[in-house]
Amino acid sequence: MTDTSFAYVRDEMLDEQPAPATSTGVIGWMKANLFSDIPNTIMTIVGVVFLYWFIPPIFNFLVTHAVFPWSVENTIDACRTEEAGACWIYVVDRFNFFIYGFYPAEEYWRVNICFLLGAVTLVPLLWPDLPYKGLSAIGFFVVLPVATFFLLNGGGFTGLAEVPTEKWGGLTITLIIATVGIVASLPIGIVLALGRRSHMPFVKYVCIAFIELWRAVPLITVLFMASIMLPLFLPEGTSIDKLLRALVGVSLFSAAYMAEVVRGGLQALPKGQYEAADALGLNYFKSMYLIILPQALKHSIPGIVNNFISLFKDTSLVSIVGLFDLLNTVQATTAQVEWKSPHQATTGYLFAAAMFWIFCFGMSRYSMYMERRLDTGHKE
Amino acid sequence: MAKSQEQLQQTRSATSLIYDPKFRSIAFQILLLVGLVVFGWWIVNNTITNLQAQNKTTGFDFLGITSGFNIGFTLIEYDRSSTYFDVFVVGILNTLLVAVIGIILATLLGFTIGIARLSNNWIIARLATVYIEVIRNIPLLLQLFFWYFAVLKTMPAVKDSIEFVTGSVYLNNRGLYVPDPNPNDAFVWVQVAIVAVIIGGFFLHRWARIRQEQTGQRFPFVPVFIASVIVIPAIIWLLSGARIDLDYPILGRFNFAGGIQIPPEFVALLFGLVIYTAAFIAETVRAGILAVNTGQTEAAQSLGLKNSDRLNLVIIPQAMRVIVPPLTSQYLNLTKNSSLAVAIGYPDIVNVFMGTALNQSGKAVEVIFMTMMVYLTLSLFTSVIMNIYNARVALTER
Amino acid sequence: MKKQLVTLALGAALGLSASAAFADTLADVQAKGYLQCGVSPSTPGFAAPDANNNWAGLDVDFCRAMAAAIFDDPQAVRFTPLTSKERFTALSSGEIDVLSRTTTWTMSRDTNLGIDFAGVTFYDGQGFMVRKDLGVSSATELSGAAICIEAGTTTELNAADYFSSTGMEYNAVVFEDQDEVVKAYDDGRCDVFTTDSSALAAERLSLANPDENMILPEIISKEPLGPSVRQGDDLWFNITRWVYFALLESEELGITQANVDDMLGSDNPGVRRVLGVEGDFGTAIGLSNDWAYKVIKHVGNYNDIYERHVGANTPVGIERAGSVNDLWTRGGLMYAPPIR
Repeated sequence: MTDTSFAYVRDEMLDEQPAPATSTGVIGWMKANLFSDIPNTIMTIVGVVFLYWFIPPIFNFLVTHAVFPWSVENTIDACRTEEAGACWIYVVDRFNFFIYGFYPAEEYWRVNICFLLGAVTLVPLLWPDLPYKGLSAIGFFVVLPVATFFLLNGGGFTGLAEVPTEKWGGLTITLIIATVGIVASLPIGIVLALGRRSHMPFVKYVCIAFIELWRAVPLITVLFMASIMLPLFLPEGTSIDKLLRALVGVSLFSAAYMAEVVRGGLQALPKGQYEAADALGLNYFKSMYLIILPQALKHSIPGIVNNFISLFKDTSLVSIVGLFDLLNTVQATTAQVEWKSPHQATTGYLFAAAMFWIFCFGMSRYSMYMERRLDTGHKE
Repeated sequence: MAKSQEQLQQTRSATSLIYDPKFRSIAFQILLLVGLVVFGWWIVNNTITNLQAQNKTTGFDFLGITSGFNIGFTLIEYDRSSTYFDVFVVGILNTLLVAVIGIILATLLGFTIGIARLSNNWIIARLATVYIEVIRNIPLLLQLFFWYFAVLKTMPAVKDSIEFVTGSVYLNNRGLYVPDPNPNDAFVWVQVAIVAVIIGGFFLHRWARIRQEQTGQRFPFVPVFIASVIVIPAIIWLLSGARIDLDYPILGRFNFAGGIQIPPEFVALLFGLVIYTAAFIAETVRAGILAVNTGQTEAAQSLGLKNSDRLNLVIIPQAMRVIVPPLTSQYLNLTKNSSLAVAIGYPDIVNVFMGTALNQSGKAVEVIFMTMMVYLTLSLFTSVIMNIYNARVALTER
Repeated sequence: MKKQLVTLALGAALGLSASAAFADTLADVQAKGYLQCGVSPSTPGFAAPDANNNWAGLDVDFCRAMAAAIFDDPQAVRFTPLTSKERFTALSSGEIDVLSRTTTWTMSRDTNLGIDFAGVTFYDGQGFMVRKDLGVSSATELSGAAICIEAGTTTELNAADYFSSTGMEYNAVVFEDQDEVVKAYDDGRCDVFTTDSSALAAERLSLANPDENMILPEIISKEPLGPSVRQGDDLWFNITRWVYFALLESEELGITQANVDDMLGSDNPGVRRVLGVEGDFGTAIGLSNDWAYKVIKHVGNYNDIYERHVGANTPVGIERAGSVNDLWTRGGLMYAPPIR
């Protein structure tokens, strides 16, 4: 290194300059994302006009012109005026019916305990950082269904007043059907998926036939079959509870879809895993339980959750066979005379939509979170 | 040495048949077969006993009996003296009608929204995301109720119908009334011309593709085809003296008479199905486009292809391989979901056949069996088409 | 532990399914301690949940009368709301013991479906309701109208018959359950709403503006509505039928819910036989001899039930005097064979 210096060589660094105003901050962002070229600009304008058209009326309907219990005018007459928006007081008044259906009011606490029990067992199961997974799994998959049944139904040794299933309804029954469907369809689906990949031809084709048959027909025909044909299939005089029939239909239907998702997970496993399990001398059940299924199920988590979401939405179909689920309770009140008003039906549907949306959206976000968390980075 | 191995094998097969995988697999399958047969026999036996106890006959003879009820919306001639088999056909056609139109519209809307979601434009991408996340997390049945019961309410009564084109198109709470086209005999030539042009277009497309593969010259197929589909039949129309007389809807005492009535049940069902399915198709499309390696985009850019060519020639053909299988299952879902028509009174197969006809005839087993067969056939048919398509677009490994 | 719980869960699931042999419905009902009764989900006056979510109506009270005769307790009955599509399967599968759901007695139902009708609790006929502003005064002017109908009912067939026999056209708009039919009519989807005229009167009250609607004078069909039971259990059929007759017989003899205890001391042999003071009629149908006393004590005679749910002083408001539903002694059709 020589210590010569040239006048034209700068020997100190220039200070960093901020980026030009047109490429940073709000303006830069807008330029990049909204007005990058002419088509983009046109789309932005279309989008803004669209928002301007739709957002204010929707907001007015939901909030500004809506009738809340704390509004100055909070009687049904306020809902019947010309410019009234959503009639929230109707939803508030019928809220208990939407949640509990015909369940006797003095027994609501039993339903509430079941909700609480469900939350208490489900949260540790879903939260990956919490310990006692096995315990909470037993809680959710075994204790909860049994406890729920005896608590809600009462009678017998429980010493509680008996409440037949005809009286169950609202969100309660929606959650019961969804939970039972989820709990029952996953194991059946796994068995079917394993059967479909079996080397025994007869087992394989039976499973294929079962899966494809259920997947080919709409759920509503399955529910009709469960409600009309099932009594014919069983020995004379056997009568099965309406709710149980719907549960069987929903679970089998959902199991067929679950099987296909699990099969996808099984197929995604490299062959080496099967061979490694065989090489270790594990028998079929051990190799499935210890090696194959844990990996395959991990691969299928997004699909499984998607199935849960469809199952949750599909529970609304039981209203067609006469069960009073959340949607049916709302639908039943949209024609009630005492709440007759122009936007009664719309308000009721909005409430039901919001309830369903919260559950389904929550599940889909949870699935994305788990996907990120379980991603071990082994991607081909 | 050889002898002892033989001995060993003999002793093993004699003592531990139960550990022989082959034997175990066969035994298990036989067990399953027997179980299924017994179960099947039990169900059939129960059904027969139950039906006998109810004094019911079985069989498909009832299909020839007069149904005795009316259906509000049919594609074929039907009245109360038609048979149960006619009811079956009416139901299938109505299901297919709403499914086919629904699939076309849902595909258009779904692709638009799927591409919009990947747009560089922030607002458009956000709007598409909100649409998808809202729509697909709400049960379809609820959306149908909304379109039918809540939106129908805001429609005007017959007397205050909204008139679109003076004296020809009306909208009210009974549906949409449009003129009914009555072509005269000469119109047949126009129809022949349209079919001919479409067949011709098929061969033109093949010729253009082969020429492009051989010489690299591109033929502007799409504009030429669209132009000829419009121009050639139009010329024939003028030359042949074909005429379409429109039968306009006219306000009668209660409803409009004449014209074609598109009932609100149909519109609500179509709206619900299209909007719901489009959200799922959009996600499929987005996933398909994202699955195309970014290297492909860059390669296309470095070849100097303009934006539209890049999409049409490089991205979409590759994305389609990923998109088509889930897209088909969405089409099937739409068809199956059309059975929710029963909730809003559109006469599809579940509503008129599995509903009304079942109830009036009392033939539960036969009717439910036939209905399920219809859906099963549709599903198998679609799978076959899918497999043919998949075989065609599959990557040819070199 | 886990296995035990699974067994428990299975037991719970099975607990939901009850088995009932067909042969002896009475024994089964007595064993389970309540009567399972199929009713309409919502037909005001006949079967509908009241303000306290208790079932009320003429059809409901018939089941309560049966429960009173069997258990001496009108509350020993459970109600299964059924759509018109489900009702017959529910009865023949044993899900319910008696179907009391505004069901029309027809030959094909009596012979093809394996059920028996025990009697007619209400003589009805199909009518039409229209909006007044249409200016229609007779059903003969309805050609071209859109008509809202409930699916799977005799109503649907009668309408088709009526319009084709009078050479008129109509547009059928058909829904699965009555609530949806009424809602669609109220929203203006149809010009006409047709069903049994008793239900028309009741449903008119649930419309947004009852006064803007009217019921046309024409009755286009005979709709004898009554309870039905499974074929092949004669004892159970007899119980159902004679509970029905007891309601009429007691009215004819002047025994009401109010005076039934005084009537126990009556000298009229007819009254004494009905109330079980004299004779051995109850044991012949497997019940106690005071079976009819219990019915009248807890539920009342036919007139009590009628006036409570569908009579002129109720919202449904169907005048009984002079109608076909009056007793034969006053020119109606209600007639019971004597209890002797």
